[in-house]
Amino acid sequence: MTDEVVFLLNGAPVRITDQPSTRTLLDWLRETQGLTGTKEGCNEGDCGACTVVVTDADGSRAVNGCILFLPQLNGKAVRTVEGISGPDGQMHPVQTAMVDHHGSQCGFCTPGIIASLAAAHTNGETAFDDVLAGNLCRCTGYATIIRAAEAAASEPVPAWMQTDREAVAALDASPLPFAPTSSDELADWYAANPEATLIAGATDVGLWVTKMLRDLSPVAFLGGCADLKTISEDASGMHVGAMVSLTELHAAIAPRHPSFAEMLRRFASTQVRNAATIGGNIANGSPIGDSPPALIALGAELHLRKGATRRTIPLESFFIDYGKQDRDAGEFVEGITIPTQPDRLRCYKLSKRFDQDISAVCGCLSVTVENGTVTDAKLAYGGMAGIPKRASNAEAALVGQPWTEATVRTAMAAYAQDFTPLTDMRASSAYRLETAANMLLRYFHEDQGTLSNVLEVSA
Amino acid sequence: MSVHKSLPHDAAPLHVTGQARYVDDIPVPANCLHLAFGMAEIAHGRITSMNLDAVRAAPGVVMVLAGEDFDEIPDCSPSAHDEPLLSDGTVHYLGQPLFLVAATSHLAARKAARLAQVEYEELEPILTIEQALAADTRFEDGPRIYEKGDVDAALARATHIIEGRIEMGGQEHFYLESQAALVLPQEGGDMVVHCSTQHPSEIQHKVAHALHRPMNAVRVEVRRMGGGFGGKESQGNHLAIACAMVADRTGRPVKMRYDRDDDMMITGKRHDFRIDYRAGVDAHGKLTGVDFVQMTRCGWALDLSLPVADRAMLHADNAYHLPAARITSHRLRTNTQSATAYRGFGGPQGVLGIERVMDHIAHTLGLDPLEVRKANYYAEMGGKAGVNVEKGVEAKGAGTAHKISSGTGGAKRFGGAHSPEPMEQGQQTTPYHMPVTDFILNGLTAKLAEACDYHARRAAIADWNASQPVLKRGIALTPVKFGISFTLTHLNQAGALVHVYNDGSIHLNHGGTEMGQGLFQKVAQVAADRFGVPLDRVKITATDTGKVPNTSATAASSGSDLNGMAVKAACDTIRDRMADFFAEQYQTKPAQVRFADGMVHVGNEAIPFDEAANRAYVGRVSLSATGFYKTPEVAWDRIAGRGRPFFYFAQGAACSEVVIDTLTGENRILRTDILHDAGSSLNPVLDIGQVEGAFVQGAGWLTTEELVWDGKGRLRTHAPSTYKIPACSDRPRVFNVALWDAPNPEETIYRSKAVGEPPFMHGISVWSALSEAVAACGPNYADLQAPATAEEVLSAIKRARG
Repeated sequence: MTDEVVFLLNGAPVRITDQPSTRTLLDWLRETQGLTGTKEGCNEGDCGACTVVVTDADGSRAVNGCILFLPQLNGKAVRTVEGISGPDGQMHPVQTAMVDHHGSQCGFCTPGIIASLAAAHTNGETAFDDVLAGNLCRCTGYATIIRAAEAAASEPVPAWMQTDREAVAALDASPLPFAPTSSDELADWYAANPEATLIAGATDVGLWVTKMLRDLSPVAFLGGCADLKTISEDASGMHVGAMVSLTELHAAIAPRHPSFAEMLRRFASTQVRNAATIGGNIANGSPIGDSPPALIALGAELHLRKGATRRTIPLESFFIDYGKQDRDAGEFVEGITIPTQPDRLRCYKLSKRFDQDISAVCGCLSVTVENGTVTDAKLAYGGMAGIPKRASNAEAALVGQPWTEATVRTAMAAYAQDFTPLTDMRASSAYRLETAANMLLRYFHEDQGTLSNVLEVSA
Repeated sequence: MSVHKSLPHDAAPLHVTGQARYVDDIPVPANCLHLAFGMAEIAHGRITSMNLDAVRAAPGVVMVLAGEDFDEIPDCSPSAHDEPLLSDGTVHYLGQPLFLVAATSHLAARKAARLAQVEYEELEPILTIEQALAADTRFEDGPRIYEKGDVDAALARATHIIEGRIEMGGQEHFYLESQAALVLPQEGGDMVVHCSTQHPSEIQHKVAHALHRPMNAVRVEVRRMGGGFGGKESQGNHLAIACAMVADRTGRPVKMRYDRDDDMMITGKRHDFRIDYRAGVDAHGKLTGVDFVQMTRCGWALDLSLPVADRAMLHADNAYHLPAARITSHRLRTNTQSATAYRGFGGPQGVLGIERVMDHIAHTLGLDPLEVRKANYYAEMGGKAGVNVEKGVEAKGAGTAHKISSGTGGAKRFGGAHSPEPMEQGQQTTPYHMPVTDFILNGLTAKLAEACDYHARRAAIADWNASQPVLKRGIALTPVKFGISFTLTHLNQAGALVHVYNDGSIHLNHGGTEMGQGLFQKVAQVAADRFGVPLDRVKITATDTGKVPNTSATAASSGSDLNGMAVKAACDTIRDRMADFFAEQYQTKPAQVRFADGMVHVGNEAIPFDEAANRAYVGRVSLSATGFYKTPEVAWDRIAGRGRPFFYFAQGAACSEVVIDTLTGENRILRTDILHDAGSSLNPVLDIGQVEGAFVQGAGWLTTEELVWDGKGRLRTHAPSTYKIPACSDRPRVFNVALWDAPNPEETIYRSKAVGEPPFMHGISVWSALSEAVAACGPNYADLQAPATAEEVLSAIKRARG
């Protein structure tokens, strides 16, 4: 074992021994390497100006360099805008297209856009609104960028963009002392260091460093825990490891629960979903994390581990109060199980901006109807309380009743007993309460086949 | 001809490869210091104690300065000497810089800045319009009032009186590159400043003032900004001055860049406005008169609030002839960030006021809002202007058609702006008594309405809405007429410096700054055209106060108009000298010497330009010249509200269709069609880029971009996590933008028109379409406010339903 972080930077190996473990890739690139193409726009993963392409054995993906710590790159490859051009300075097809289609004006967001588009180009992704949801541009209005992306899509992937995946296998990167490689290792280490900060994707913890300016120590990077990255399915359900990224979860859940997948499509941005993990989204206990309401509505179970001791609880009972979870010191989230069930889930993410925004309200509803009567209802919400929480009075008003608009409206009246939401910069209390209840009506309308999704309308 | 061509942004290859250099990318000497401000935690009060011991003791800290460390605290104001760099003991807003930290790294400075222990005697902050009115905290002695005709009589004889109020929020610029400055001390105390600023001369002036040195001791260089939008007209002063003060005291290079949250907490934003209106109309919706009261929160310091508020008044008419009008403007002082320039500079706020009136009239009278708008339009351009149009068309030549397709709709280029309805008698005037002689929106609106099939779609939408219980659609077509010129008349000047080297390469410099708008490319196209050489002979160079002095800010959409003309003058001076030289050499007249196709043509001779340059050099001809331009004809009394503040009007119209969800207020822009007047565009594709970007930015202002201050005066939306500018999918799903292809009747550079700000107001079509969609939900006037967030849309739906 060594403290040396080894990765490929624009195709060439770098070995880093003199940097703090919470040094961000962006700061290191700009301040230490003098690679200033990659920009800092917000330093919190919301604007995408710092986007780089990271490649490992699983493939290439766009991530935000501003909230990516150097040890997270151990054994991987990074391409910045400078390395997206070819070794002899040839332009990548997305670079050429961005020039030809006038996709840059001030140019400051452009390197990040190039990185996002290059990653998508490598992977053959063409849903460009999703590819670029995490890249803010204030000048162009985006239309020219989309034209460029579409024009480049049919061009072949340049050779230099295909070498990193094989080259990382040949890297002689050793595991870092603070980066366990399995759940067992993590369990032992964390039980002995219960005050430590566990870093999964760093999409939230990153801000503790870049915005709250906290010194985190000790830390453990969980990216090497291969057995926490698995998804398996059997008759009972889908078992998802804590270190599964939201991108991976999105793909895996789509066949079972397409509405959950559609909500995950709008969860943060491509860059964030590529880094963020399901375990992290649960364990940080946010009342506005988007995956817990969906998982609660699906009756998901949470698997916790401390040392050799494992326990399983309903996910819903993990959230006790704002900032307080049912988790012991030294205990960590190992995974979740989503029970197999008929798909009755609909997820409604309500935010000020449609894409890449934190929910004002996230309602995830699952209502089972048999012979015209409601037999089960799980109405789980984020943004309505200090924790993700079910509308239990509304649920009670539904169960046993005929599945009619009258029943729905009766249940809607019960939301005031279920929730006393906050007023903040995202929404007022009254708006949250009203729209949370209206989501039940929308669910009913959708169930009846009534058009109720603005995304399904065109001019 | 290199003008009127759709050429890419000159720096595009540098942008896409990461080579384009911004201030924070400039390599700095190893001993460079980095600054951060410590900021006030209250909105109003007195500092009773400030213990900076922990700040000074923090790792990497080299120097800490507070107000008391200066004999005279440097002033950062662009207008009134009312913005001390650091608090003088009084706190005027939450976020105000109290002290500055110089450290060996950006991170070390930021960390140290949070370690201060500050105690305050808190005073009640003035945060709202009501509080400011009650306390009578305002700039200027009282409201400004512009009047035309007898408004009270006009309202008295009106068939209907329409009255109401619209509140519209401010807007964060959210330039992707936050404010940044780098100061490199030189021998003898001189300073070289690299700064992300729209106004290098202002930075030079303020830094020199702070150092108590003449302006010739300070040189400011700006290669480019990562976005400006008005936010870098005055807001960069603080950083440059802070760096200069530390550089002066330490002799070390000093850099400062704001962290995004600090930038949003410290710097000014677009002015929010409340506009009360009382409009009189006849039975057909034609205005007899309007009485507007505009109120704006200017924040704690004057900054540019007076001209911003003036411009809001000057755009209270937008495209409409107001037979009688009174516009009363209150400029209120509040304990918030000092509101500043933002694309449109008050114009959008004024325009939104009257567009709201149009919608309200239409709703009250049960008319199509477009018919109400057209009924009130100014009369179409005619007479003298039409002659100029013909001349311009000839000068421009043929074959410049271009097609930009976007979305599924594609785009068309429309032909000529002849006057279908020449004015019959007299001249219509604005509320500030300026004759409107170049109005083209009657014809332009008709073209756009036809191209986007407005009437049929409006009818189809009404049918669709009748069948839909949950979703509703709306469509609206709104115009813009925007006055071009700085309203502070003396700013309408520009300079340029052009060198031709003896290898025929050309060095171009002017006072304008590049913030992404493509100014440098457009001006280079002018220079290449004057010399008849390919564009690649022209080197575009960083704006530099050492090359062109006493420049105006690159603002008011004036960049190409002013600097293009100044460059033309400089090029023509050199060209004339060369023509004289070759005329003598070939025994002909200078007028017979032509510069075209990379050659200098004299009689039957064609000399390659590089050879010609060398021969002129050998012949001892000066190949360097300055150029100067001042806008003609503008003159204006801002107190009386009379005169000609504008050289001409840039115009255009937009039609947007939206869908709303009546359960949540969520909404989408389904389609937008824009027809915009850029005169004879210097570079159509760059201009279309400005139109597209401005539209989306304007739509953002009126929809998702909401600034929220809490009851203590703390801005709660100070990062992109909470302040939501449009993202990629927020652009219209079908987005057609075309230019109205007609020369400017005024003699602007190649008869083009300014394009930076005017299309911002096309975003109003989205807000108006949302208002229409909401109107489909119930019988009452929905009184939609701005920004029309989903929450506001849902509120309006409930008001419509009653």
